Amino acid sequence: MNKKHRLTALLVALAILLCLLPGCATADENTLIVYNWGEYLDDEIMDVNAAFTAETGIEIKYLTFDSNESVYAMASIGSIDFDVIIPSDYMVGKMIGEGMLAKLDYSHIPNYKHIDPTYTGWDFDPQNEYSVPYMWGITGIFYNKKYVDEADLEAGWDILWNEKYKKNILMFNNPRDAFAIAEAKLGYSINTTNEDEIAAAAAELIKQKPLVQAYVMDQVYDKMINEEAWLAPYYNGDMAIICDVEEGNPDVGFCIPKQTVNFFVDCACVSSKSNKKDLAEMYIDFLCRSDVALANAEYVGYGSPHSEVRQLLDPEVSNDPLYYPDINALSVEAYNTLPDETNRLLDVWWTKLKQ
Amino acid sequence: MKALSRIYNTLIFLFLYAPIAVLILFSFNDSKSRVVWNGFSLKWYEQLFGNELIMESLKVTLLVAVLSALIATVIGTMAAVGIHGMNRKLKKVFLTVNNIPVNNPEIVTGVSLMLLFVGAISFMNHTFGTHFKMGFGTLLIAHITFNIPYVILQVMPKLRQMDEHLYEAALDLGCHPVSAFFKVILPEISSGVFTGLLMAFTLSLDDFVISLCTAGSGAQTLSVTIYSMIRRRVTPEVNAVSTLLFGSVLILLILVNVMQIYSENKLKKEQRRAGVR
Repeated sequence: MNKKHRLTALLVALAILLCLLPGCATADENTLIVYNWGEYLDDEIMDVNAAFTAETGIEIKYLTFDSNESVYAMASIGSIDFDVIIPSDYMVGKMIGEGMLAKLDYSHIPNYKHIDPTYTGWDFDPQNEYSVPYMWGITGIFYNKKYVDEADLEAGWDILWNEKYKKNILMFNNPRDAFAIAEAKLGYSINTTNEDEIAAAAAELIKQKPLVQAYVMDQVYDKMINEEAWLAPYYNGDMAIICDVEEGNPDVGFCIPKQTVNFFVDCACVSSKSNKKDLAEMYIDFLCRSDVALANAEYVGYGSPHSEVRQLLDPEVSNDPLYYPDINALSVEAYNTLPDETNRLLDVWWTKLKQ
Repeated sequence: MKALSRIYNTLIFLFLYAPIAVLILFSFNDSKSRVVWNGFSLKWYEQLFGNELIMESLKVTLLVAVLSALIATVIGTMAAVGIHGMNRKLKKVFLTVNNIPVNNPEIVTGVSLMLLFVGAISFMNHTFGTHFKMGFGTLLIAHITFNIPYVILQVMPKLRQMDEHLYEAALDLGCHPVSAFFKVILPEISSGVFTGLLMAFTLSLDDFVISLCTAGSGAQTLSVTIYSMIRRRVTPEVNAVSTLLFGSVLILLILVNVMQIYSENKLKKEQRRAGVR
């Protein structure tokens, strides 16, 4: 190869590279970007995204996130774009406050009529102008019937402080959920911003630390199924895996503490920056269609806010007061967006606790 | 004493490889459990190939790893040759500068690249009316960026070991500098270039923090996908895909070693033949 050829080859290579960059970076006009939690959409029973593309011809770019905070941070800096996003309640409130979400045109979402009003109208979006409930659940306690005395469960969250179960107790591995339990135990609001109450809750957590086997998130499943631990706070929808006869351990039960429990509802929303709002609403409407919502509810196992899904689901699940508790009869509280100082305070105490 | 050192060696290897062995074993498990063995099955591999999200992220991960490793190797080797040719003072300055990104916490690199991309893209979109977005392109640039210093670190020692006069001799014999580089220098430093390439490839496969910060909404690497499963359950499909990745890297390494041994033998044979003559 002579010099001239080499130079042309180099230039061609560079040109290809340059074409590659914007080519991959710009999204197709016909593509919706959807952000959801990992493992939170059916891809086995009817494969929701594939079904949507097959019916409408609209491609879905499906991306997943691990926490409300990380996706919020990146969206607010502007490093990610999305058309549809499914964050939790308090994050919906925060994103509405910062103008990141668009008001929905409900004439494009006729299937919204199926959504049970129990799960709409919460403080973070009182008129549901911005958000459509997708899945909901509450926190509670998983316990192993073989080792845990059911009488002790009547103490509610206090059982996680019971010396009898020392080193067989698991705790949430994030400050917000862990503090919520301590605050509920003390009878405070799980959204408290009172520094004294937070300090008292932190003292409870520090007191509990010697009894805790580990601070975990998804390891709860294996540890409870294999009886490595006997008590763990987690979400009621996870009974579908943990208490399952085949995949899980039928000796594990779930109980709803008598004190306040955290109610969460993850909602589908549309970005205020989206230029495909109609398509995004079409997708949300699709998620609210009975067959799609049923597939998602069966795959994920969390509570569906969809009234028809309740009837279509296996009645053993939909009539189970643990899977579908009557939240009006319980003392439930949803998370609010905490002020920055409170979050900082929680982080400081949390770091001290984990040292 | 010998027995003791053998036990020590076994322990070290056990610590290094036991987790991988367990991971591979449970990718063939018949149930979702990651602790209890329920019999052999390939169902996680079947599900894996049907899982579009994981397959798509695997594709992105491999493509970024291959492209970023190749490009970083080219740039890094050129840079190493350039730095090698500098005077001592300048060389020291450049090598120190090169070491900063290596020692820098990943999160700093990730966030600063993200802010740079966000700024640069919004500037370009405003002034030139382009429609750039963060995505595969920015992810690739980020990976090339953090790979380059490692390539330089691998190539520099080989350049130092090389006999300077070989290159000069080639020039004296009428070789053009460019072809002297390809015919004399490159073969001498090729093992360093190759280790640099492999290292860049594995570092890119491995990366989580920088990918999370720079991929935008255009692409998602495997590590980010796996991490997003953390609230729910990480399924054994993840074991299956990790096994496949581990297997392919292992095969790659074996191939490289076999090739190296083969070419060394060939070289020795040629030298022997030349000596006989």
